[in-house]
Amino acid sequence: MLEYLIRRLAGTIPVLLAVSVFTFAFVHLLPGDPARMVAGPEASLEQVNRVRTELWLDRPIWEQYIRYLDQMAHFELGRSIKTHEPVSKLIGERFMPTLWLTVWSMVWAVIAGVGLGVLCGVRRGGWADRTAMVAAISGISFPSFWLGLMLIDLFSVHLRWLPTGGYGTWQHFVMPAFTLGSGVAAVMARFTRSAFIEVAAEDYVRTARSKGVPEQGVIWTHTLRNALIPVITLTGLQFGFLLGGAIVVETVFTWPGLGRLLIDSVNFRDYPVIQAEILLFALEFVLINLIVDLLYGLVNPEIRLK
Amino acid sequence: MSDTDLDPTHIRSPIGEFWRRFRKKRMAFAALGVILMLLAVAALAPWVAPYGPAAPDYDAVLEGPSWQHWAGTDTYGRDILSRLIWGGQISLTVGFVSVILGCVVGVALGIISGFFGGWLDGLVMRIMDVMLAFPGILPAIAVVALLGPGIVNVIYAIAISSVPVFARLVRGTTLALKQSLYVQASRSIGVSRTALMFRHILPGTMPAVIVYSSLRMGTSILTAAALSFIGLGAQPPSPEWGAMLSDGRSYLGVADHITIFPGMAILITVLAFNLLGDGLRDALDQKLR
Repeated sequence: MLEYLIRRLAGTIPVLLAVSVFTFAFVHLLPGDPARMVAGPEASLEQVNRVRTELWLDRPIWEQYIRYLDQMAHFELGRSIKTHEPVSKLIGERFMPTLWLTVWSMVWAVIAGVGLGVLCGVRRGGWADRTAMVAAISGISFPSFWLGLMLIDLFSVHLRWLPTGGYGTWQHFVMPAFTLGSGVAAVMARFTRSAFIEVAAEDYVRTARSKGVPEQGVIWTHTLRNALIPVITLTGLQFGFLLGGAIVVETVFTWPGLGRLLIDSVNFRDYPVIQAEILLFALEFVLINLIVDLLYGLVNPEIRLK
Repeated sequence: MSDTDLDPTHIRSPIGEFWRRFRKKRMAFAALGVILMLLAVAALAPWVAPYGPAAPDYDAVLEGPSWQHWAGTDTYGRDILSRLIWGGQISLTVGFVSVILGCVVGVALGIISGFFGGWLDGLVMRIMDVMLAFPGILPAIAVVALLGPGIVNVIYAIAISSVPVFARLVRGTTLALKQSLYVQASRSIGVSRTALMFRHILPGTMPAVIVYSSLRMGTSILTAAALSFIGLGAQPPSPEWGAMLSDGRSYLGVADHITIFPGMAILITVLAFNLLGDGLRDALDQKLR
């Protein structure tokens, strides 16, 4: 297991370096003078020149990159053009709301998705199965921002049960988490169903049934436990999808998270913040994939021996 | 069963066989009908739409659905149904163009990468891995942040984020086909590498590419609408569906129809492409399931 862990960690390093090249290149890919873009449209020539020296933009490109890596290692992400606050502070404030939103969305998605998937797998071909699968493919096609607006319309504007947006109490979580998690729930339902059906056709399930294990035992112990292994992997991978989806859902519910910070920054052309956010999202995604792989290696010895 | 089915000398063409299987997928077949209808309506917008996309009517502002305006009117009294029809041109164009661009580049990279292998393969695939390390809508947002907001940049953004999906898919198929008997045979009689790649291997990758293109159409239309909704795509006077939704959010509870109908248009279009993709997968290739 230790060898697998080391090998897997080592495999992440090139990806991380490549991601850092992308985010480093970001400011240089901007049309026009990067110093001018970072200093903002109202900056004087003197300020622009100061930014150029401060950011080492007058140095050779490889020196700039080494310095960038060094700064990233120390969480020095520069200052926002808009508020002049350190980017690390802005991101720090927005980090927890987004994390909680994705966690609760995932909880809802796993409960609904796996539950529905097992139900469909057990009653394969029945009306419940067919209805649920139509619902699942609709769920994948549903624009999350529209679902969010419709929920606001019903529960906030007409029924006045829940707040339209914002952050604080559990009521604020209900609609955003439901909205963000629904797409994932649909994916999970389809996947769990097919995993369940596949395992149900295995010889050991037939053996269990023929030796007289009660049907409930066949479903829960013999089939579901084995069907859940690929579902665990999917859950991890879908976390990345939730991170991406949060960007849109946070806009709908005026959620004070990383996604809305990113959109605001893009609209304001606040490049230091955009650069840091893109790096952060990619890092989180790589980290999650790493954790999933490690968990998978723990559950399935075949993988780590390869 | 007809006589031809019993005739041992009659061999069905692959396309005939595909069509026979595809017609049995009722949902996918219906979805294809819906897509063709959407395409026709969007293409014929100048003749089909009852009003112009930007024609204001200040006597009929924020009106609900009526016989004059089937889907009601917005803040400027513009007819929502007409705007949806004109907006269909934008959404479908963005979808098709971005998928075709992403597909062509991705397929070319995938075939070259899989065919030549070695360091080239390693390099291309690592770049694709890095592109896939940015989750969901993020790569599109990054591209828009660089190029600036606007629908043309949205096309580039979505095309770029589609490239790794196609490249990975086609590389896998190419690796398998490279070892197949017919490719080995062609190689042994001295067929050139270019011909091997594009005349012998490329057609073999097409079933999977077609399936993914359909599914990717749905994703692309959804992403474009999302970008417009958050203000990074099509800008306000444009009747793009996501932008229309964004207009409507200030009038929830006052004029719900401004928000309801564009959302339905997006849902129906995306759902149709997803159902079509599912059906094509079942009909084209059993192995893809």
